[in-house]
Amino acid sequence: MTAPEQSARRWLGPAVFSAVAVLALVAAPLLLEPFRLGLLAKYLCYAIVALGIGLAWGQGGMLTLGQGVFFGLGGYAMGMYLKLNDAAGDLPDFMVWSGVEKLPALWKPFGNPVFALAMVVVLPAAVALLLGALVFRQRVRGAYFAILTQALAAALVILLVGQQGLTGGTNGLTNFFDFFGNDVAADETQRGLYLLVAVVLGALYLGARQLVRSRFGRLLLAVRDGEDRVRFLGYNPATVKTLTFAVSAGMAGIAGALFVPVVGIISPALLGVVPSLELVVAVAVGGRFALAGAVLGAVVMGYARTYFSEELPDAWLYLQGALFVLVMTLAPKGIAGLAANLVRRREVRA
Amino acid sequence: MEGVLNQLPIGLSIGAVLLLIALGLTFTFGQMGVVNMAHGEFIMAGAYTAYLLQGVGFLIALPAAFVVAGLMGLVLERTLIRRFYGRPLDTLLLTWGVSLMLQQLARDLFGAPNVQVSSPAWLRGGIGILPYNRLFIMALAAASVLAIWAYMNRTGQGRRMRAVMQNRRLAATSGIDTGRVDQRTFFIGSGLAGVAGVALTLIGPVGPTLGTYYIVDAFLVVVAGGLGQLRGAVLAAAGLGLLNSYAEFWSDASLAKVVVFVAIVGFLQVRPQGLFFVRSRALT
Repeated sequence: MTAPEQSARRWLGPAVFSAVAVLALVAAPLLLEPFRLGLLAKYLCYAIVALGIGLAWGQGGMLTLGQGVFFGLGGYAMGMYLKLNDAAGDLPDFMVWSGVEKLPALWKPFGNPVFALAMVVVLPAAVALLLGALVFRQRVRGAYFAILTQALAAALVILLVGQQGLTGGTNGLTNFFDFFGNDVAADETQRGLYLLVAVVLGALYLGARQLVRSRFGRLLLAVRDGEDRVRFLGYNPATVKTLTFAVSAGMAGIAGALFVPVVGIISPALLGVVPSLELVVAVAVGGRFALAGAVLGAVVMGYARTYFSEELPDAWLYLQGALFVLVMTLAPKGIAGLAANLVRRREVRA
Repeated sequence: MEGVLNQLPIGLSIGAVLLLIALGLTFTFGQMGVVNMAHGEFIMAGAYTAYLLQGVGFLIALPAAFVVAGLMGLVLERTLIRRFYGRPLDTLLLTWGVSLMLQQLARDLFGAPNVQVSSPAWLRGGIGILPYNRLFIMALAAASVLAIWAYMNRTGQGRRMRAVMQNRRLAATSGIDTGRVDQRTFFIGSGLAGVAGVALTLIGPVGPTLGTYYIVDAFLVVVAGGLGQLRGAVLAAAGLGLLNSYAEFWSDASLAKVVVFVAIVGFLQVRPQGLFFVRSRALT
């Protein structure tokens, strides 16, 4: 590779990032009608979860099938605050309908916005830390870990549905009016929320990229590719994995909290086994080994789902399944892998 | 007290169904490193086979479902899974794609609403707190375990299967056609899921997503019982079935799964590789 090509390569990443940032922050809010902008904001929320999956799975080799759990914890923390804020001292509406007479103790602290916002990150990260510490320390890994996270997602959904008076049951938390002094339904609020989501995603992306490039990131890659060798070198792989898992859970929590005002609901159906797996699929489609691939995959699959379930509702499940099978068999590195091949081939030719 | 006793056949029969499902999973996972999420849809296929064969005779539905589900498994193994041996996480995602398609196929063929399979007259009623249908499910699982045990320990094919499970490369160099062994294991494992599907028609309705309710728990049986371990699967399935039904009985239904999850994670602290495992000095 010649010197100019090398410098061109160095600039390629930041150039693409800036172009995407301009598109997302300037062009999209100007060009898209409010409904479409809202959809994009929703996909970007999913992209934040996908970024976490890319970090844990693509970089760390931990296939987590339960990111919906952390998404949900963040979402419910935000939803509880918004509900209490709307109720202004009374009981939230759904509690009245389910015959609850006194505000449950679990809900009380969530009336405080600072506490609720902290819980958005703390709660998911703490659950992930605990689970990771217990599981990784015992060297439970690979498919076992995947199965456990999936079981956790299944258990949480049943719990949320069952505790009607505490969680709103199947309906979840919805009917929000006020978001920190703004009317949630107003177009300006939604545009602001979109920008907030985009900025948070960009910041988290840069942070995750920095993390991967740091010493810690190298250790993480090493754990993915040869956990035992890392152990022989004197590091503790369990610590590396647990911390990464907690970071990815925190990201999912933030995504869940942003999702609630953007979409206006958080419910068990949004965070069970299937939605969690769908996001993993999206990451696989986008390219699990590149953080940008994970983000891209979430947005692409979001659009594909909306488009096909509007146009061909019956065929969507077939298409999704078939796409998945095709990607896994033909392009296990996803779109990002295909793009990297393309760049490399051109370089070889030149 | 009567309530406590009533839970016993419920827990054991759920455990029996889980066992039938988990047997296939534990062998395909242990032998080929395949995490088959489409296994749940083989249960569903077995249940719909029983639905289609209503009136022909319940006892005919059992072998029919075994063959239908077994053939589905065989086709899946030959066309797709074979390419993914040794990449368990990829098989998990791949087979999930297959399972989505099979669910939609069932929706298109049989409709989205659940259907009811009327159980044969001789399985209605019961002795005391023991309903015949649940007793039958337990007997079915016991018979299947016995048959599997005999197959593995008393036949040449079974011996080859154990050889491949213990050391694939050594088995191959000893002249065993590992591909054929894989196919057989897949056929039998998937077939047992079909039998589990028929058993499920005795205790509930049948729908396109029937498999999704049991697949997660069945995988937990594999995790707790140990890979490819017949004894482990039996004990873990019985334990999980009972834990599930008693946790539902003593707390409420919504907490039961959480209790089970915590119990499994706790159990893994003591036995990270499951109840039984093959001791080995090899890493990973």
